[in-house]
Amino acid sequence: MNLTLKIWRQKGANDKGRMVDYKVTDISEHMSFLEMMDVLNEQLINRGEEPVAFDHDCREGICGMCSMYINGEAHGPDRGVTTCQLHMRMFKDGDTITIEPWRAAAFPVIKDLVVDRTSFERIQQAGGYISVNTSGNTTDANSILIPKEDADKAMDAATCIGCGACVATCKNSSAMLFVGAKVSQYALLPQGQVEATERVKNMVAQMDLEGFGNCTNTGACEIECPKGISLENIARMNTEFLKASLKG
Amino acid sequence: MSGLLKSSIGRKFAMALSAFFLMFFLLQHFAINLTSIFPDNGETFNKLSHFMGTNALIQYVMQPVLIFGVVFHFVMGFILEIKNNSARKVKYAKNNGAANSTWMSRNMIFSGAAILAFIVLHFIDFWFPEINTKFIQGDWSGLHDGEFRYFHELQHKFLSPVRVAAYVVAFVFLALHLLHGFNSAFQSVGANNKYTRGLKTFGKVYAIGIPVGFIIIALFHHFNH
Repeated sequence: MNLTLKIWRQKGANDKGRMVDYKVTDISEHMSFLEMMDVLNEQLINRGEEPVAFDHDCREGICGMCSMYINGEAHGPDRGVTTCQLHMRMFKDGDTITIEPWRAAAFPVIKDLVVDRTSFERIQQAGGYISVNTSGNTTDANSILIPKEDADKAMDAATCIGCGACVATCKNSSAMLFVGAKVSQYALLPQGQVEATERVKNMVAQMDLEGFGNCTNTGACEIECPKGISLENIARMNTEFLKASLKG
Repeated sequence: MSGLLKSSIGRKFAMALSAFFLMFFLLQHFAINLTSIFPDNGETFNKLSHFMGTNALIQYVMQPVLIFGVVFHFVMGFILEIKNNSARKVKYAKNNGAANSTWMSRNMIFSGAAILAFIVLHFIDFWFPEINTKFIQGDWSGLHDGEFRYFHELQHKFLSPVRVAAYVVAFVFLALHLLHGFNSAFQSVGANNKYTRGLKTFGKVYAIGIPVGFIIIALFHHFNH
């Protein structure tokens, strides 16, 4: 396949940035999207040009690092995949592909397609944890009975990889699917009850502080989430937050 | 409870509560308007209108609550829109919103603005004259030439094809607003469970049925008078 790529190039956080056109040739439909980007970068390096900076790590859909907005969609046109799992067979020979970084005030661009997602980490640090007694008096986790449905829902919420596609795709740049998943993961389990009130209040406060937008329930985040995190988690977070607020 | 409205979820919850109130108001408004097409020459409609227009609880409690609800819903809607726009300072060069969300959900601010424009027209048509008659002129009789005036006023307003067309367009926008807003309000208050699928179906019936009903009433009076 021969393709035209329109890629956002930005030298640094303070650079204005612009879209630049590139041609790539002889791309196999079996390549992943990131492998296609590798081919482009090899061509750029051979020509003595600066390669395109983009985030990636595991390249198997687990780490949540790859973060490209491809042809107007987070992680591209496929469903339930990260950019590294997106294959070039989703495109046709002669296509023009627009590639941009996640756009959100809370995810500032560091360089080219790389954005700073430490705002997610600060939200996690605000309450995305449980306290466990490690004195030797610990309770065997298997001895705490948890209804299967709750365990399944908690596990589903815990599959969030924090890639930020929900924020990138939301018209309001809202982080509520991410925070909803992190809150739900603990709210559904007995181990998460100790800090439940403070957790949701602190995580939501940090989310607001970071400058994410307000959720208007478009549902775009659920569709674009590579792990299929459900909107049910946002509804649960809303309930948890209201319960916590009523407690004082 | 302190600072609830300062949080994103608190604001969302408040928007949903005002939406519930407005949707309930819309339902009762529709139910009363529906009586205007009963084949009793407006008798039922006149009785209900006079009751609503003179009952102290409705006039002095529910009416101020309604006005507050309407103003709050619009003001908060515009505030949230401004805040949300500032959460993405650099826009995408290419964005395919239709791939993952409905037009209605992405354009609540525009359907809302169209409804606001309609409410201004509606106030000029009905509410301001009503307030003038009752609260300024002090006439609470509801009579004109010895008969209840409500039904005749309604018929008179729907003579103009331009006004009827404006009403029809406004109710199309109301349907678009409700098609997202009805279920969005339930999601905002944390209701996403085994009843959600049924609620979505009910929401669609409400969102289309009520505005279409209002349109039919307007057209009925336009073509039958």
